[in-house]
Amino acid sequence: MFRNVAELVERAEREQMKIAEVMIRQEMEVTERSREDIIAQMEKNLQVMEQAVIRGLAGVRSHSGLTGGDATRLQQYIARGQFLSGETILDAVSKAMATNEVNAAMGMICATPTAGSAGVVPGTLFAVKEKLQPTREQMIEFLFTAGAFGFVVANNASISGAAGGCQAEVGSAAGMAAAALVEMAGGTPRQAAEAMAIALKNMLGLVCDPVAGLVEVPCVKRNAIGAANAMIAADMALAGIQSRIPCDEVIEAMFRIGQTMPVALKETAQGGLAATPTARKFEADIFGKPKNERE
Amino acid sequence: MKYRSVFDIIGPIMIGPSSSHTAGAVRIGKVARNLFGRKPAWADIFFYGSFAETYKGHGTDVAIVGGLLNFDTFDERMKTSLHIAKQEGIRITFHEEEAIPPHPNTAKIRLGDEKGELELVGISIGGGKIEIIELNGFELRLSGHHPALLIMHNDRYGAIAGVASVLAKYAINIGHMEVSRKEKGKQALMTIEVDQNIDDAIVEQLKALPHIIDVTKIVE
Repeated sequence: MFRNVAELVERAEREQMKIAEVMIRQEMEVTERSREDIIAQMEKNLQVMEQAVIRGLAGVRSHSGLTGGDATRLQQYIARGQFLSGETILDAVSKAMATNEVNAAMGMICATPTAGSAGVVPGTLFAVKEKLQPTREQMIEFLFTAGAFGFVVANNASISGAAGGCQAEVGSAAGMAAAALVEMAGGTPRQAAEAMAIALKNMLGLVCDPVAGLVEVPCVKRNAIGAANAMIAADMALAGIQSRIPCDEVIEAMFRIGQTMPVALKETAQGGLAATPTARKFEADIFGKPKNERE
Repeated sequence: MKYRSVFDIIGPIMIGPSSSHTAGAVRIGKVARNLFGRKPAWADIFFYGSFAETYKGHGTDVAIVGGLLNFDTFDERMKTSLHIAKQEGIRITFHEEEAIPPHPNTAKIRLGDEKGELELVGISIGGGKIEIIELNGFELRLSGHHPALLIMHNDRYGAIAGVASVLAKYAINIGHMEVSRKEKGKQALMTIEVDQNIDDAIVEQLKALPHIIDVTKIVE
C-alpha cells in the first residue's frame, strides 16, 4: 500500500501508469475484489453525484431555509454572459454548491471525502466535463485519482471537521479535486501532487464553524470556493508551477494545525461564524432558543 | 492505516447532511442493532463532544435511530426514523453528555428488551467511517465493515486456541483479533474480524467449546 504522496507518485512513474490505475490496483489487492466490481461501484458513486448536481441545479431548499437556490442563481448569471472570472470555474462553483444544497436538504449524495465537503470533487468534474469531453471511463478514473490523494490525507492527517477543522474536509476535497483535474487534463502524476499541495496550502487553518450546527452556513459556500481553488491550483500545476513545500509536508502541516486548533472551532458550533450575533439569531429561530440554553 | 479502501474516501452514498454525524451515526446504530440481534424495546442514546453540541443540526439523532431500525446510510426513510421507531413501539431517550470524550464524535447506546440489554460506545472518525470502542464495558476495536465474531468467554488458557482451531478447520482466515478483559481470571471478550461471513453451524460449534459463554456474529 502506498503510505504517502511520494510513494504514490513514485509508483505511478515507475510503472508508467496513471494515479487512478495505481488506486484501482491497490483496491483490487486489498479488498480481493475484481476490477469490474470495483469500477461498477465507482460508477454508481458517479451516478449519485450526477443526480445530486442535476437536482441541485433545478433548485432545492433546506428544511431550515438557510441554504438553497444559489447554484441556480449562479447558472442564470453565467447564462447572461457578463461574468468577471471564467465560465468553467463558475460552472464548477455552481455545481459544487448544487451538491451541497442537496446535502443540506437531506438529499442523497456521495461523501467525497465527507458529506459536508461533497461538492468540490463533483463540482469540478462536471464543469470540466463540458470542456474536456471525457469518456465515462475517464470520469470514473477522475474519482479514483481523487480517492488516491484523499486516502493519503485520511491516513496521515484527517478528513473530519471535528478532528481537524474545515481544512480537513473542504481543504482535502480541494486538494483531491485539483490532483484529479490535472490528471484528466493530461498532466503528470508529479504535477497532480503539486496541484494537491497548492490547493491544500491555501486552505490551511480553515476552521469548522457551522451556524446552528447545520451543514449549511458556511459549508455550501466553502465548497464553492474549494472548487474554485482546485481549478486554479490545477491550472497553476499544469503551467509548471511547483509547491516549494512538498505535498506530504503540507498534509503533515494540516494535521498539526488541526491538532492545535481550539475545540470551539472544530464542528462544535461554539466559535467562529457560529458564535456571531446573526448566527445565534438563526439558531434561536430554528431551534427555539440557542443551543447552550436548551435542556 | 485506518482507511484501507478508496470507497472510504469516495463514498458512502448517503442521505445528508454529514458523513461523520449522519452516515457514521447510522452505522453505529446499525452495529448496535446487529449485535443485539433483534428489535429493541427501548434505547438510551448518549451524545458526547461534537455529537452533543451539534446533533440536532446534523440529524445525528434521526440517523442513529435509523441505524437501530437497521436502515442503510442511503435509506430515504431516514428523515422520519423517529416517527417510525415510535410506530414500532421503541422507546428512545436522548442524553447530551458534558464529559469530554477521547474522540470528539462519540455516542453511547444502551438498548434492551425484557430478554436482555446491551451497551456499546462508538466513535465516528470521519467520512462515515466508524469504530466500536467498547462493548458491555469491554474495550475493543471493531470497524463494523468486516464480518466479525464477538465471543464472551472465561479468561482461561485454551479458550482462544479452541476458537482458532474451529476457524482453521473451516478455512476461515482471521484478519484482526484482540482479547479484552476487565479482571484477570473472570470474563473476557474476543473480537475476531474475518474475511467472509460465518455460517450459523460454525457459531453453534464455537458456543459448544469449553469456557465459551456466548458468541455473536456480525455479518457484512
